[in-house]
Amino acid sequence: MRRRGGCLAPAMVVAIGIAAAPARGDGLVADLSEHLIAITTAFVGTDVVLFGTSDGGADIVITVVGPRGNEIVRRKGQIAGIWVNRESLEFARVPSYYAVASSAPLDQIAGPDVLVRHELGVEHLRLEPVDASGLEQSEIDAFRAALVRNKQRQDLYTSAVPPVNFIGPRLFRTTLSFPANVAPGIYQVQVFEVEDGYVKDAQRSALVISKVGLEADLFDFAQQQAPLYGLLAIVMAVSLGWLAGVIFRRG
Amino acid sequence: MVRRRERPAESSMVIYLPIAEMSVNLFLLLGLGGAVGFLSGIFGIGGGFLMTPLLIFIGIPPPVAVGSEATQILASSSSGVLAHMRRGNVDLRMGMVLVAGGFVGSGCGVWLFKLLRQGGQIDVVISLCYVVFLGTVGMIMLVESLGAWFRRRTRPGTFTKRHRHLWLHGLPFKIRFHRSRLYISALTPLALGFFVGVLASIMGVGGGFLMVPAMIYLLGMPTAVVVGTSLLQVAFVTAVTTYLHAVNNYTVDVVLALALIVGGVIGAQLGSNAGARLRGEQLRILLALLVLGMCVKLGHDLIATPNDLYSLATGGHP
Repeated sequence: MRRRGGCLAPAMVVAIGIAAAPARGDGLVADLSEHLIAITTAFVGTDVVLFGTSDGGADIVITVVGPRGNEIVRRKGQIAGIWVNRESLEFARVPSYYAVASSAPLDQIAGPDVLVRHELGVEHLRLEPVDASGLEQSEIDAFRAALVRNKQRQDLYTSAVPPVNFIGPRLFRTTLSFPANVAPGIYQVQVFEVEDGYVKDAQRSALVISKVGLEADLFDFAQQQAPLYGLLAIVMAVSLGWLAGVIFRRG
Repeated sequence: MVRRRERPAESSMVIYLPIAEMSVNLFLLLGLGGAVGFLSGIFGIGGGFLMTPLLIFIGIPPPVAVGSEATQILASSSSGVLAHMRRGNVDLRMGMVLVAGGFVGSGCGVWLFKLLRQGGQIDVVISLCYVVFLGTVGMIMLVESLGAWFRRRTRPGTFTKRHRHLWLHGLPFKIRFHRSRLYISALTPLALGFFVGVLASIMGVGGGFLMVPAMIYLLGMPTAVVVGTSLLQVAFVTAVTTYLHAVNNYTVDVVLALALIVGGVIGAQLGSNAGARLRGEQLRILLALLVLGMCVKLGHDLIATPNDLYSLATGGHP
């Protein structure tokens, strides 16, 4: 597992979206410090700060959901003493990344139905098998737990819910961490204002993570023009091999 | 504002591999390339069978390790074959027969690789192949080098008969290979090329460690042309393997390959200089022990109970 003991730069630009304030009172206003994360050559993961104001008094829960796709979970079993992948279960529309931050423990601020409806907390994520016919619920639960556990081990799902800190009665702030292995795509950031067990207000914004520069070009090239990419890999290898021969024969 | 973790000393050494989709220390890759290249230079081996498991050890997804290592072997073998061709140490006709078999073998191997990957079994198959081959090659090298070490003190080297009459020599489609001074069935080198082609595409090796002994003992080729001809086959087969992996599995990482090539070229040059001055047998014993050590590590990983029985399908994009 990656651990990046990075120090936070002291300078922070506070960008609070003011334009989106609703008509009734101040309401919930929040914005991210950045809406675009670029994966470059030296990308080792990054932090994004989320700032906002609320009417005060309510709890704040923030979720970030990465691009969804199917994931296959495999379970190993022993064949002749060797651990081999045996059973597998495919889950549909699994978030590639999921983070949650909350100003109070989730189970204390809302009931399970509210948590499930808004997918607050990894245990309340909607993770449904594509085809679970013939599988007992306990089996499905074991595969589901394994999916979450593996994602947590890769730092892609929140393990311990980080706090949303209040600065004064109304201004809140939290830090969202993205590891080096995040998938490119559009990330949905949602801010919920929860009071008396119900979601009083919510705000949604998007964060784009994309590969930029040479990495992005190479990745797209390898996927979209695989034959040409393969040929160029061959040309690169042969010419470097030839070049090495020339250099060291002279030297 | 996005706050990058500012670690100038480290972040400049970390390189993001676009196909493996992970960050790796550049000097680790250069060092691995250099170390394996150094051993290649000393022993005249390709080094793929050392490099691919090492890449897997440092966390590169096995399919990407195999695909990218094929590209590196292509660079080192094409460098080698050009040098051998200038000296006339290549049997082109034999090479072409081996290459023909290798192309078919590589195609079958990549197809098999794709099937195994879809079934989630590729990692275990790669490891199993390595345990078998590293174990076999390591034991043979150890026994042979220990034997040579003791023999050198007692009596001069013994000669093995080059031409033995096996059932192989009764096969049809005989071809005359002038450079190798052989008149044998084309089926034997075709089958050998095929087998090595399959291995190359599944294990990310050139296959020289199997090819060279097979050419000497099975085909009966003179040792002078064996190395050059096997390099010719390795270069063509790894070129095809690189292409097929890139097209079918999207597992060729050119950034990874480039770092390994640069490290490998420098290491091989230092190694061949050092090899000329070092004592052969003791080094071969060390290499044999290294190979056996890696075999034990991979074998242990196959039978030790994993930390988590469950895993997510890794690597690649469907």
